[in-house]
Amino acid sequence: MNKQAQSRVPAILALIAAAAMIIVGLLRSEHLVVLQKAVNICLECIGIG
Amino acid sequence: MGRGISGKRTLIQTLAAIVSNGYVAGFVHGTIYTGRLKTVCVPGLNCYSCPGALGSCPIGALQSVLASRQFGFSFYALGFLLFFGALWGRFVCGFLCPFGFIQDLLHRLPGRKLRVASRVDRPLRLLKYALLLFLVILLPMLLNNSFGFSKPFFCQWVCPAGTLTGGIPLILANESLRNSLGFLFSWKMAILIAVIIGSILIYRPFCKYLCPLGAIYALCNRFSLYRMRVDEHLCIDCGRCERICPMQVEVRHNINSPECIRCGRCRGVCPTDAISGGFAACPAARPAGRGTTE
Repeated sequence: MNKQAQSRVPAILALIAAAAMIIVGLLRSEHLVVLQKAVNICLECIGIG
Repeated sequence: MGRGISGKRTLIQTLAAIVSNGYVAGFVHGTIYTGRLKTVCVPGLNCYSCPGALGSCPIGALQSVLASRQFGFSFYALGFLLFFGALWGRFVCGFLCPFGFIQDLLHRLPGRKLRVASRVDRPLRLLKYALLLFLVILLPMLLNNSFGFSKPFFCQWVCPAGTLTGGIPLILANESLRNSLGFLFSWKMAILIAVIIGSILIYRPFCKYLCPLGAIYALCNRFSLYRMRVDEHLCIDCGRCERICPMQVEVRHNINSPECIRCGRCRGVCPTDAISGGFAACPAARPAGRGTTE
């Protein structure tokens, strides 16, 4: 494996780990928490709550 | 060449801002988009309470899951952050973040420009990591109320993007929100005004010193697929790249520094085309493997 290909390995491993984490998050229904927060006006975010 | 890179970057920044804020009805009616696209995190700092936002801010998403009663850790939001970071690193800051783009536009306003002295600049850059650790991760995770919920502390007490792109448009268009303003809004407006004035004088002060999203991508800069390279055989050590770098990166020695937002200004001024940038799979258009520094 040449030097340039070797330098890509950590990024590719991180991308695989990221995809796995997103899938785990979906299986745990974390995305529904995100959706619930994001579809209501976040009063803290806009400086009211 | 420099103008070409700069023009392309402005175009990409404009498109990214439009794509992530394409819900025009929100601006007209003072509401926000409520569709399922909002389960997806966008790469840049883009408040999900911006009337135009079609996706979720990854920093807001991370805090909302950590602050919830059900979860002590967010695989989902961290997965998105790691994905964008591993793919692009701080290229996101330089090309895709709408709040970074706003700061770029502010810095183009005419007037005196300042370069912060290294002895002040270097320690201040660590502030964004402290904000990430305490306001984004630890406090939302640990400071629960009696019902088991916490708050998105960074969004609440610091984030000027939420005030500018979410708070101000919603308050202008929505009378009931206008009637609810208090100390917190004044505090956040003070931060926003400081960031706006700071951005006119200094290049991207929020990205350099305060942005927790930039801090996460900074940690990915060294191993991301997209990275910068210096061909040591072509470099004549003229130093133009370091003099023009708005993020004050030591281009010749540390081109993939955590502070490099891949804006490409160094490439634009290099007289020998020694600097290149791109995904590791498609290196510069010159023979590779002979004295390149990454």
